[in-house]
Amino acid sequence: MSEMKDFSKDNTFLIDMTKCTGCRGCQVSCKQWNQLDAEKTTFFTGEGYQNPPLMSEHTFTRIKFRDYEKNGQNEFAFYKEMCMHCNDPACASVCPVGAFVKTKEGPVTYDAKRCIGCRFCMVACPFGVPKYEWSKAFPLVRKCTGCYSRIKEGHKPACATTCPSAITYGRRDDMIKEANRRIESRPEKYLKKLYGAEEAGGTSVIYLTALPFDELGFKHVTKRALPSYTWQALRLVPGIFLTVGGSLSLLSWFTHRKERLKKEAEQRDGSDTTPKEES
Amino acid sequence: MTAAKIIIREIKGYHDFVKFLIFLVVLAAIASTVRFIFGLGVTTNLNDTFPWGLWISFDVVTAVPLAAGAFTLGAIVHCFHIKKLEPLVRPAIVTGFLGYSLVCVGLLLDLGQPQRGWHTMVYWNPHSPMFEVSMCIAAYTTVLFLEFLSPVCEKFGYHVPLRLLRTIEMPLVVAAASISTLHQSSLGTFFLIAVDKLHSLWYTPLLPLLFWISAMCAGISIIIVEATMSHKWMGQPDESELLETLAKILPYVLTLYLTVRLFSLFAMTEGPLFDRPGLIALFAVEILAGVVLPLVMLMNYSVREHNRLRSTAAWLVIFGVVVNRFNVSMFGMMEKGTMYYPSFIESVVTIGIIAAHVLFFVLIAKYFPIFEHHPETVDYSLPDTFHKTGKAAAPNVAATAAVQTKLTGEA
Repeated sequence: MSEMKDFSKDNTFLIDMTKCTGCRGCQVSCKQWNQLDAEKTTFFTGEGYQNPPLMSEHTFTRIKFRDYEKNGQNEFAFYKEMCMHCNDPACASVCPVGAFVKTKEGPVTYDAKRCIGCRFCMVACPFGVPKYEWSKAFPLVRKCTGCYSRIKEGHKPACATTCPSAITYGRRDDMIKEANRRIESRPEKYLKKLYGAEEAGGTSVIYLTALPFDELGFKHVTKRALPSYTWQALRLVPGIFLTVGGSLSLLSWFTHRKERLKKEAEQRDGSDTTPKEES
Repeated sequence: MTAAKIIIREIKGYHDFVKFLIFLVVLAAIASTVRFIFGLGVTTNLNDTFPWGLWISFDVVTAVPLAAGAFTLGAIVHCFHIKKLEPLVRPAIVTGFLGYSLVCVGLLLDLGQPQRGWHTMVYWNPHSPMFEVSMCIAAYTTVLFLEFLSPVCEKFGYHVPLRLLRTIEMPLVVAAASISTLHQSSLGTFFLIAVDKLHSLWYTPLLPLLFWISAMCAGISIIIVEATMSHKWMGQPDESELLETLAKILPYVLTLYLTVRLFSLFAMTEGPLFDRPGLIALFAVEILAGVVLPLVMLMNYSVREHNRLRSTAAWLVIFGVVVNRFNVSMFGMMEKGTMYYPSFIESVVTIGIIAAHVLFFVLIAKYFPIFEHHPETVDYSLPDTFHKTGKAAAPNVAATAAVQTKLTGEA
């Protein structure tokens, strides 16, 4: 599917982690725009300084803090965690009711009215993005929608609007061009890799960093679009149904043939003899 | 005497074990009420790291292959025409019908919005294995229900529906086998999306095929275990001769499974295989105790003809399939250093579902002609209420024969 479509015009986040100051304005504006509840937090409940400790039903985006040593001094590195808005999203492909949609503008949206709460999206997402309303008796899934309602009105997403330094927002091909330009102009500063350009078949969020991605806690993700893994089996379904059904029908026609012939013969004989017996 | 009193007296007459089963089922019903009042987060150990737990791993992913006896035996008896195994078909259908009904119950408990379960029938997404499985389970539960209606109609002497059911028997058998092939394998497709999550010991593109073959192994083994147990504990007829035939078929399917399993393991996986000792142990238990050992056992005639040993081998196969499904859907999905274990409520519900299965099976066998079934003795003729025909036997035999000719011709 993904080969056919052109994603170069999709709205894309270019997140330059070297320019992130860790102010967490994005976290706050995301909560404000999406009207998400605050979470009670305490220090060092997660991996490090970051709070809340994990993304959740109340937290769609989060800045992770990473300690590292540079020239004998302790430094911080930051990493913004959010929905990657894949070009060919795993969540959309596995959802039995099609509640997730990759919009033509770029964001992957979620229709809460369709969702049956099966949590397959959470199992499928390679980035661990969809979160569940565990506190409720009849829970739904929550995730970043790329501020789809804002984009449709011509605004930028809340986090991209708030961010003073690190987030650039625009067409996907422009963002990739810009990212490559930055790497070329400051090769000593950047790692020569764009996270999100090819991950999971390409995403609408692209990261630039100075540190190796796995050290920042980025997951190793396959380059192939995930839906293709299941589709290579699922596309065979109609064929298998017809093959199994057809061959078993044919088989039973043959195996029952002998019996049928015998019965027919009996019936022919029977119709001659029975009336005599009756009378 | 009122109806309630009759029921209470009837229940008082049951064996203590049956009463214990009823207790477990009631306990599970209470636990599931608690789940709906307080929510999944409080009552289960599920969280954003482990979105699927015991209810998916056992009640759905494991229970479906354990209920595979009905379609496997249906195909063996009716399509491959090994007619002498027919007395085993009915218990298998009852097991299958109960199994699938309880899968539906388990699924509804696990869904966040069970009242929207029908959405899968309306908002189609053919790219989703879950969509495919839910459609198949709905269709197959219907098929099993229709097949299960036969003993019910016999019990109450409904001749007309019985004739109708007899007519569609073969189409139902073929439909059962093809629908089952689809969803048994699609349960494997579920985990193909977990590319970097499921450990390489289990992740293979052939997962759907493996799930299908192992489901047939589980189905055959369940029939052996069930017939042996109902002979021993419920005083039902001894079918050991027929079970010997089944035990002869089983090694072929097991060999096929083992071949495909090992081929896919060594030729088609990427990534490290033997890097986590815990998973290696689980893998070894699954393959050695669950496949190789019963295979070696069943290849000996002395094991196949020996009731206890044959039953033990079948238990081992079932054990292997259960461990395999848990490995794929639970243990293999755990990241290193993380651990999920079911909560008290989750465990009570799952135990209750297993108890409900045994309980309903015992009760159905008690009240309906499940084991006494001998197709040649059943009167499929229409009742001669108005004394129009007057001549009993001959025209009816002809009619039955005609019906059979028609239906086999159609199939």
